[in-house]
Amino acid sequence: MIALAAHAGVDTRVQIVALIITAVMLGVVLELVRRRRLAERYALLWMMVAVALLILAVWKGLLADISNLIGIQVPANALFLAAFGVIFILLLHFSVAVSRLGEEAKILAQEVARLDHDLRARSENGAGANGGSPAQLSGAEQGEERPPVGAKD
Amino acid sequence: MSAQQPDLRKLAIVPAYNEEGMVARVVRDIHRHAPDFDVVVVDDGSTDGTAAEARAEGAIVISHPFNLGIGGAVQSGFKYALREGYDVAAQVDGDGQHKSSYLPELLAKLHTGGKADMVCGSRFRGDPGYRVPLGRRIGNLIFALVLTVLTRRRITDPTSGFRITNRRGIELFARDYPHDYPEVEAILLLHAHRLRIHEVPVRMNARGFGRSSIDYPRSAYYMAKVLLSIFVGLFRRRPSPLDSAADRPEGEPVTPGAAATDPDRAAQRT
Repeated sequence: MIALAAHAGVDTRVQIVALIITAVMLGVVLELVRRRRLAERYALLWMMVAVALLILAVWKGLLADISNLIGIQVPANALFLAAFGVIFILLLHFSVAVSRLGEEAKILAQEVARLDHDLRARSENGAGANGGSPAQLSGAEQGEERPPVGAKD
Repeated sequence: MSAQQPDLRKLAIVPAYNEEGMVARVVRDIHRHAPDFDVVVVDDGSTDGTAAEARAEGAIVISHPFNLGIGGAVQSGFKYALREGYDVAAQVDGDGQHKSSYLPELLAKLHTGGKADMVCGSRFRGDPGYRVPLGRRIGNLIFALVLTVLTRRRITDPTSGFRITNRRGIELFARDYPHDYPEVEAILLLHAHRLRIHEVPVRMNARGFGRSSIDYPRSAYYMAKVLLSIFVGLFRRRPSPLDSAADRPEGEPVTPGAAATDPDRAAQRT
């Protein structure tokens, strides 16, 4: 990697900085997974970003070729465009994930409220008797329409 | 000690997500081939008649309010097993792939030949019973090699979910079970806790509906995710959170609040 970077000449320092940033990014992500603070699914997302950055940093010609291809004169602008695109996609992805979590939290709260209600109703009904029979309860559960929630991908 | 272990309480955990038309057959088969097993079907947020169908066959049904994925479903089963004081818990997939006629054999192996803590049904120690697709074989082989090296124990089918475990395994999995594609990591988790794993050759059916949960783009994610967690797992000082409470009295359920009092967790937050 070092040899490749040296070969590129002028922007070697930029490349080294990019390499360091990538390495730190990978390290932080792995450490977060190790401490179980970050789920593998999101870790892989960030690692893909880091690797993309690494490739662009090491393989200088690639960035120039891409900028030529889409008609951008300064390669750095292509990098900005790509970074903007990646960040946009990531944010959109997280918005979707947060929406799903919100929906799931709502369903959980409603379920807890329903269970709480059922439990109170049962203990009030049968202060001496056994309250509602299990058969009744499972019948109620079967009759209930569960809101369909999209399966996780 | 008889092979059937009549003194033990045994549970079959059947994770099922939209398995209407199949789950009843799975429950019936377990009742027929392993009548001393109670059956709990974990309905993982199905939108079809899975829960009703399982209940009609006499299974205990735990219904998730939404889909958690296979890891969450199976762990719900283990939590139930722990809470209800079962000594043995088996996993039998709700899609009909696992033949419950092998359950007695798995159970027997749990208590003979060196006292395993978990026995896995392996398709690759004999005739798999159906044509395993090539891609699946290759993926499985990679995981098998990695696990065999890491555990120094011959593992041939780490992606098989057809397993049976004892009280120690139940306690471990009830408090820590991988989220998605859990089978491979579960083996490492057991190994990290010094529990012993055995394999028994089994045949399986091709998936009930032919629709596997793992298609091409997902299999790439599957490989990457599992390899990442295997790699990261190598650097964990303690294999599971809450391990400081490992010597808690047997059968005591782990409450979510316990995480907050765990010193290591608390320290990490700062």
